[in-house]
Amino acid sequence: MKFGVVVFPGSNCDTDVKYAIETVLKQPVDYLWHQEGDIAGYDCLVLPGGFSFGDYLRIGAIARFSPIMKSVEQFAGNGGLVVGICNGFQILLEAGLLPGAMKMNDSLQFRCQDAYLKVENNETAFTNKMMPGNILRVPVAHGEGNYYADESMVAELERNGQIVFRYSSSKGAVVPEANPNGSTANIAGVINKEGNVLGMMPHPERCAETLLGGEDGKLIFESIIDWHQGGGKLG
Amino acid sequence: MYQAKIKVTLKKGVLDPQGSAVQRSLRALDYGEVTSVRIGKYMEVNLEASNKETAEEQVKEMCQRLLANPVIEDYTYNLVEVKS
Repeated sequence: MKFGVVVFPGSNCDTDVKYAIETVLKQPVDYLWHQEGDIAGYDCLVLPGGFSFGDYLRIGAIARFSPIMKSVEQFAGNGGLVVGICNGFQILLEAGLLPGAMKMNDSLQFRCQDAYLKVENNETAFTNKMMPGNILRVPVAHGEGNYYADESMVAELERNGQIVFRYSSSKGAVVPEANPNGSTANIAGVINKEGNVLGMMPHPERCAETLLGGEDGKLIFESIIDWHQGGGKLG
Repeated sequence: MYQAKIKVTLKKGVLDPQGSAVQRSLRALDYGEVTSVRIGKYMEVNLEASNKETAEEQVKEMCQRLLANPVIEDYTYNLVEVKS
């Protein structure tokens, strides 16, 4: 399974993502510079974290118009798997590939800590190695991860099973105290309606091997690989 | 040449964490009369256009496509002719 990691000026988690895919999961992976237009031959594209274009104007607003994004939109439109992590998530929101928007953390602080994620939907390309209710420990590191969706949008997300992860306590209680940024309904990760695009603020690539203090993040990459090897459906 | 003075603000009903913090700070300075603070962005965009109508169309499109995020933000602008 061939992965592509999209690199924007200011991306800073591209190396970590490539390392996790290549060294931990033993899959072929290339960097794709944001000026590139041709992304043929890839099975999954990852938009990594960072501060693309210095976060100028609005996070992700400028990266969203990078030449490669036309190809990413086309790829996603054809059912290709796309994962946006942190800044990558913000870019996917700006591009309209995922619903909602991102605001400054309600604490106004940059939060760099472990977060617990409750798996809300395990019947996706990104979570099929998990069980519903599983708790993952995955680090977050962001100043603007306050996911916003209005009431009707949240209801629709819930109806469609698009909320994949919610911030919870280590025991799985979805409570305000477990929410590091003020996200609506404790949402930490969402998929599009079609189920082939995932956006999440926490960093699975930073916890994909025990040396880094945990390997819960590996489950996401393993799910993607299983999904692909199973021909793009749940096993 | 034209100049658009553009204001981008969070939509009504969308909580503004920065605004709330500034309001608390004003209260701490004894400005108890402050009932709310909202923070937004101000931009000045200079552009060439053959007439005001065209300039306005362009500015609107810029706001919708890039300068504001319609999910959480509103924009207003004031367009004036300026010497180039």
